[in-house]
Amino acid sequence: MKTFLKVSKYFAAIFLAIFFAFPLVFMVVSSLKPDFNLLQDTGSYRAFLPVGPISFDNYVGVFDRIPFFMFVMNSLIVATVTTVLGLIVNSMIGFVLARMSFRGKNPIFAIIISTLILPFEVMAIPLLYLMVNLPVISFDGGFRITKGLFNNYQVQILPFIASAVSIFLFMQYFKTLPKELDEAARVDGASWFMIYRKIAMPLAGPAIGTVAILTFLPMWNSYIWPVMTVQDERYRPIMVGLQYFYVNFGTAWGQIMAYLTLLTIPVVILFLSMQRFFVNSIATTGVKG
Amino acid sequence: MILQKRNRTSIKSGESRYAWGLAMPALTLIVGFIVLPVTVGLGLAFTNAQLLSPTAPAFTGLSNFSTLLGVATTTLNAEKNPDGTFVTDENGEIVYENLRDRTREDSKYPNLIGKSEVRRFSEDKSQGTIKVLLAGDPSFWRSLTNTIFFALVVVPIQGGFALLLALLVNSKLKGRNFFRTIYFIPTVTSMVVISMLWRFIYQNDGLLNKSIANVDSDYQPIDWLSNPKTAMYAIIFMSIWQAVGYHMIIWLGGLQTIPAELYEAVRMDGASAWHEFRYVTIPGLRHTFIFILITITIAALGLFVQVSILTNGGPLDATTTLVHQAFTKGYGRQQIGYGSAISFVFFALVLIISLVQRVLTRKLED
Repeated sequence: MKTFLKVSKYFAAIFLAIFFAFPLVFMVVSSLKPDFNLLQDTGSYRAFLPVGPISFDNYVGVFDRIPFFMFVMNSLIVATVTTVLGLIVNSMIGFVLARMSFRGKNPIFAIIISTLILPFEVMAIPLLYLMVNLPVISFDGGFRITKGLFNNYQVQILPFIASAVSIFLFMQYFKTLPKELDEAARVDGASWFMIYRKIAMPLAGPAIGTVAILTFLPMWNSYIWPVMTVQDERYRPIMVGLQYFYVNFGTAWGQIMAYLTLLTIPVVILFLSMQRFFVNSIATTGVKG
Repeated sequence: MILQKRNRTSIKSGESRYAWGLAMPALTLIVGFIVLPVTVGLGLAFTNAQLLSPTAPAFTGLSNFSTLLGVATTTLNAEKNPDGTFVTDENGEIVYENLRDRTREDSKYPNLIGKSEVRRFSEDKSQGTIKVLLAGDPSFWRSLTNTIFFALVVVPIQGGFALLLALLVNSKLKGRNFFRTIYFIPTVTSMVVISMLWRFIYQNDGLLNKSIANVDSDYQPIDWLSNPKTAMYAIIFMSIWQAVGYHMIIWLGGLQTIPAELYEAVRMDGASAWHEFRYVTIPGLRHTFIFILITITIAALGLFVQVSILTNGGPLDATTTLVHQAFTKGYGRQQIGYGSAISFVFFALVLIISLVQRVLTRKLED
């Protein structure tokens, strides 16, 4: 009975591993096949094996069809800038809420709490309207005021820097640091900014890692907001690039699979190398939430 | 004494100044990109604002909401032949008055103007009458029922499946880290990528149909995403496949907070595995349960990206959702005012359901 249970447990675990992995295996394998073989292999075990005429032609095709590296750069710029700015502003306010007492703290706290359950979808439409009608001061030789903040990096970055979840993670982390640290530093004449900068932040490694991942990943994967706000190819991020393959749909599956593989590999590598942060972040938000 | 007091207040006011200074960047962004859009959106919901329109939006009162939420019924009479019998079509079905006459601008029925038919019901063949249900925006009602249906199916299945996975990778199992990693990978993969992959799996000559055909030679391929009966289930299946690993990790976090001594204690008392699960594991997971319930529900109610890539709401609105409607109307048709109104109905739903869950689960928390 005991061995039976044990065997069925392994059987279940392996079955589930296949269940969760098969689309991604299929994606990588198919990206190496010509369309004809790709479709022919569908429906047999061959769909999951790199058999037949294997080549990187589909990848070459992707680079020919779209400005791939420009899209990658755009996504990297947007995701990195958002992450770095997010780490700075969210950790500062998290520090304030965790360590300092001042008038107005409770209202600030209440505003942040109430934005926690507010899905982005609720404000996407009005935010789009605001962005399109916002007066912007731009500089091209002289200052000019133009209407609308779209078709650039800013519109993809600004709405996503401040985040209630990130603020919470920082706040909870800073609360665990002993109060004596600030008191000692205060006696030595350190300003609050110095305490934040020189004492709190260097100790906040795990929170920084968690927040960095929770910001970077959704930004790399973002799709709907850039579809709405970026029509100019020069600022288009990587996920929106998929739209180039909608033309002649069904004929270029090999290239689509190659593109999907290129989109996914960096994320999987990032995940595998920082798995501890990923898992800890989710587990701790869950238990404390 | 006086000196000391002054000194203390100066430290205090310094603290306040610094606090506001450090909080200001995040606060400005939250007000500018969350509080302001929500407030403006609430206002826009009462206007006819268009996305790219040269004219300023005009206040239209509750008109968006009355279109959105307006429903009515009316009774149609059968067309009669000169001899008093009912007109029938070639299939022998009774022909009724034209509904268009009642819904157009100059209709004698003001409550029906601009509404469209949802369905006909209660046909009385002897009297020659049939009732018609009309709505100002039938797609909206379809999206509301689809969204609720999706949540009702996904929340228990995904939550339960995730718990089973967590129990599995939490048990003594060689290579459990490997399995945990594999189960989790779909959740870090972009929903756009996942949706494209499953589009290939679900399509007529795709992976699923060809695999079934391999096993069963009589099988007629189903176009999973183009069939109104299967499209929603296809999206549900894929969504659970994608997200369940995330909630597995949350359950796992909960499982690992249960002290090992509790298990040892009941084992000493000779408890069975089921008793162990029932009296130690389940009570130990109360907080996690509430968190999972609320996060899956909110995520399920916001269903959108999958839909926009796999079916774009079709076929025949079979997979449209509230957020999909808000985007279709607000962005696709540029009706910002109307789209904002839908967004707020969506938000109201999220708010009501999380409050109800909060109240229902409060007992559990004590």
